[in-house]
Amino acid sequence: MADRPHLVVIGAGPAGLAAALTAARHGVRVTLVDAAAQAGGQFYRMPAAPLGTRRPRALHHKWRSWERLSGDLDRHLATGRVRHLADHHVWCVEREATEPGPAERKATGPGPVVRGERPRSPSRAGRSGVAGGPVGAFTVHALLGPRQERGVAIRADAVLLATGGYEKVLPFPGWTLPGVLSAGGAQAMLKGGLVLPGRRVVVAGTGPLLLPVATGLAAAGARVVALVESADPRALARAPGALAARPDKLAEGARYAARLLRHRVPFLVRHTVVEAHGGDRLDGVTVAALGPDGRVVPGGARRLDCDTLAVGHGLLPHTDLAGTLGCGLDGVAVRVDDEQRTDVPGVWAAGEATGVGGADLALAEGRIAGRSAAARLTGRAPEPRSRAAAACRARAALRAFAAGLDSVCAPPAGWAERVTDETVVCRCEEVTAGTVRAAVTDLGAGDLRTVKLLTRAGMGWCQGRMCEPAVAGLTGCPATTVRRPFARPVPLGVLAGREERDNGEDSAVRTDGRAASATAADTGTGTGTGTEADRCESSKDRRQADTDRQ
Amino acid sequence: MNSPLRLADAHPGPSFAVTFDGREIRALPGQTVAAALWAAGVTSWRTTRDQGRPRGVFCGIGVCFDCLVTVNDRPNQRACLLPVEPGDTIRSQAGTGHDG
Ligand SMILES: Cc1cc2nc3c(=O)[nH]c(=O)nc-3n(C[C@H](O)[C@H](O)[C@H](O)COP(=O)(O)OP(=O)(O)OC[C@H]3O[C@@H](n4cnc5c(N)ncnc54)[C@H](O)[C@@H]3O)c2cc1C
Ligand code: FES
Repeated sequence: MADRPHLVVIGAGPAGLAAALTAARHGVRVTLVDAAAQAGGQFYRMPAAPLGTRRPRALHHKWRSWERLSGDLDRHLATGRVRHLADHHVWCVEREATEPGPAERKATGPGPVVRGERPRSPSRAGRSGVAGGPVGAFTVHALLGPRQERGVAIRADAVLLATGGYEKVLPFPGWTLPGVLSAGGAQAMLKGGLVLPGRRVVVAGTGPLLLPVATGLAAAGARVVALVESADPRALARAPGALAARPDKLAEGARYAARLLRHRVPFLVRHTVVEAHGGDRLDGVTVAALGPDGRVVPGGARRLDCDTLAVGHGLLPHTDLAGTLGCGLDGVAVRVDDEQRTDVPGVWAAGEATGVGGADLALAEGRIAGRSAAARLTGRAPEPRSRAAAACRARAALRAFAAGLDSVCAPPAGWAERVTDETVVCRCEEVTAGTVRAAVTDLGAGDLRTVKLLTRAGMGWCQGRMCEPAVAGLTGCPATTVRRPFARPVPLGVLAGREERDNGEDSAVRTDGRAASATAADTGTGTGTGTEADRCESSKDRRQADTDRQ
Repeated sequence: MNSPLRLADAHPGPSFAVTFDGREIRALPGQTVAAALWAAGVTSWRTTRDQGRPRGVFCGIGVCFDCLVTVNDRPNQRACLLPVEPGDTIRSQAGTGHDG
């Protein structure tokens, strides 16, 4: 196994799982690295194993596709073709110029490719070349466990980024009150920790994620006071091409609508939350009807009592790791070609990281990326178009559908006008909308970077992930993705190079679980010192424990 | 009335005691600190550096850092990511968490 080329897939959501399993099936050794304790990503987020759920499927839709994926993963884990490093937070991926790896030695094709060079076309690479670029040339740096104090470095011949996305929430007065949280966050806490944020919930914002969140919370016992959607779903009818391509997606929408009805959730379309109220905690929201121009209709406001507001305005791709590698972006997403290759040789990307479009699209992109990476790493030509055509067609239709949905679910035109000068925009640094506006009107800032330097908006813990779209919207500066040096805060000791080397397949899986387990400790290879090895636990053991309990 | 635990037919390991600001609360194995606090009815456990405003979970997935908390005297832990452990001493955190 060790002589097979080694692909590291970062992210074990739908995209990363599909990619890892496809690549393993096509002859490469795969290490699947993910920050979470269990595979699944956001869509297939599982309750923590010790919670002993016998019916986790009640929290999910498309359970059968998860069963297929996790069954395949178990089989590949058993044969050793795939390793799963859970609880590994990747903070940086480094591209090195090193001695050739096994696949590169095999390859007789083009020599090393320099950083930033466009990937070679399949025709030029031919059968013998590794168009993915110099292999054996990456180091993936990860922090272990929830405490993220120790680091590990994993070597890779190629890297596949399937890092997903995070939720965009645009500000409004009161949005920093406890009890206001992102819609996806409410979903994550429900699916992973089996807790409800409160008893009376308003779900608001725009986009398809609001539907599973509202139905999920209602099924789990919350009273969903209203689902407030600023878009008009009927506008979807104006994008008939995209709709016709995926009739199944419309049926999915209809099923959600039926579920909302069953749980008696009022569905307010063309409405928006204009303010959240409360002292130390949320106790209500004001919602208002929107006119055709996206502005609030005078006299159309009313108060809804609630203790929780789950709010979201779409998703943004995670592009930090791509950024450190020098991959180009299209807007705010990682740029990829037909084979899901980024423009840095040897680096592929799939799923929400390359543009937001849902789990089905993530799966399709993952399969295409995994197949391409395997072909290029083993020195084969990528599959003939005919064979990959079905996957590519699915991807095209899903992308078209996502684009249609995206244009309908754009935040209402007037949102920025409703953000008062006193409203905090940058949650970390407590910078108000007034300060951000003044940076443009009084100080002449013309781009996001200058606004940031003048106001500190985006300089705090989250590095602008939460406030960037708002700052762009309030100032009229183009939304660009700020390059962040690291994807995670890194302890100085790790930065200074005090990290362990990952010794490959026999060191199995290491996590920072506090429970001791002999499995990984016995190998003694990866984690180095005994004390640290003592704290290891294999995720396979966890999966086993999980199955035992079910 | 339904609950997430009932919906997923959960049979967690035995609950255990932790403290939040000196008060004992029960937590379930596998939950994060944030989930355990939510289950105990606590939704804010931090005040901001400048304005002293209360905060709790916002993104729920480790991106926003709103949920910072002090656990076993270590400040600035993300409650939405950190698994809760028996005997943990959880304290709400003011500002940077370094002011004692
Ligand atoms: C909070 C949240 C909840 C969501 N819930 C739903 C839902 O219930 N239903 C629905 O239809 N859609 C949901 N979505 C949308 C969902 O993201 C996509 O439909 C789908 O999961 C995308 O798949 P993916 O593989 O691209 O990314 P994801 O599923 O997001 O997987 C990405 C994985 O990468 C890992 N990762 C990211 N960065 C790093 C790093 N630096 N180091 C290590 N690991 C890393 C993450 O831990 C994660 O497991 C949600 C999105 C969010 C943000
Ligand atoms: S809630 Fe955002 S980091 Fe924990």
